[in-house]
Amino acid sequence: MAAKTPPKLSVETFGDHQIITQPNPLRSAVRRVGDAQQDDAVARAEQALKQLSDQFDDWMTSECDRLAAAFVRVSTGGFDTATQDELFRAAHDIKGGAATFGYPLAAAAAESLCRIIEHAPSLTEVPLDLIKHHVDAIQAIVREHRKLGVTTTAAELSARLRGVADTYLAAVNQDRPEHLEIILSPSIAPAD
Amino acid sequence: MYSIDFNKLRFLISDDNAHMRRILRTLLHSFGAREVNEAEDGATALEMFIHYVPDILITDWAMPIFDGIELTQMIRQPNGSGNPFVPIILLTGHCDKRRVMTARDAGVTEFLAKPISAKALYQRILNIVVNPRPFIRTKIYFGPDRRRNTSNTYIGPERRNNGQAEIIQQPALLDKARAPR
Repeated sequence: MAAKTPPKLSVETFGDHQIITQPNPLRSAVRRVGDAQQDDAVARAEQALKQLSDQFDDWMTSECDRLAAAFVRVSTGGFDTATQDELFRAAHDIKGGAATFGYPLAAAAAESLCRIIEHAPSLTEVPLDLIKHHVDAIQAIVREHRKLGVTTTAAELSARLRGVADTYLAAVNQDRPEHLEIILSPSIAPAD
Repeated sequence: MYSIDFNKLRFLISDDNAHMRRILRTLLHSFGAREVNEAEDGATALEMFIHYVPDILITDWAMPIFDGIELTQMIRQPNGSGNPFVPIILLTGHCDKRRVMTARDAGVTEFLAKPISAKALYQRILNIVVNPRPFIRTKIYFGPDRRRNTSNTYIGPERRNNGQAEIIQQPALLDKARAPR
């Protein structure tokens, strides 16, 4: 798989930059196929993910436990580099993984918590209740996930937390335009 | 239509979250990949990158020791010990404009926002394999061409000064089909 020889490079040199082109090193992995030969790798992967989903509830529970433990350390020992990092990583992992695990509203609440940790000028000045409400909400959303009608409540809870967090962050970042820009700007991530 | 022989591609996943690594590995194996290596932090990823010489690196942004951006910057060294041209997919929940531009300017090839989906991952890999972009080297940047499209309506600053083009042919050939394993 890995090449044993260096690539053949074509280098065009201009005034202040070079454009370097190499023969597509991955071209042997590409096949042109007709519609009939089309192998639906995406469908196969989605099926594999579905089979894996039996474990998602356990994974989500363990991520929540990790977040709760990180919050306990913050609330008892205060913020330092280690406890802040631990809380952020726990929230960040829920933000990134919860939707895949079937808990998109927990991801939304975790994103709000991540924004507080990232953009508050001083975490020691953030009301601890604001953080606690986020942690409690994430746990509740996960715990009550299967109950009928919980989606609307969870959506309202996540939206309310995000609103409170954004209001707080906008207020404390008035003299930090680089943070304000991020807080107020929409996601520009490319869609599927 | 194009199809990818995933079993001809070698992947390296770098993510500190074991659940996310499991998801990625499951997706890649389902696509048909056989060689998928994993690292749980940036330092291990760099070691494995040099040792395993992956065809495609998929890395998280936030990781211990050094993050996905730092990892990308270390790999995108024209005279580094690994393959500086390796396609890098940055997997992240950071989707604001400043972060995306930071990733682009570090030399990331593709940006994949969480939550991850099979379709989105497949499309990023397809784009890398079928439509590789040339690399640009300037005094402050080495990485894939950040101009994916030409636009007649572009009104931003022109960062490239054109001059006399010179073609420099380098010896040797990378051909995965014929390369000994």
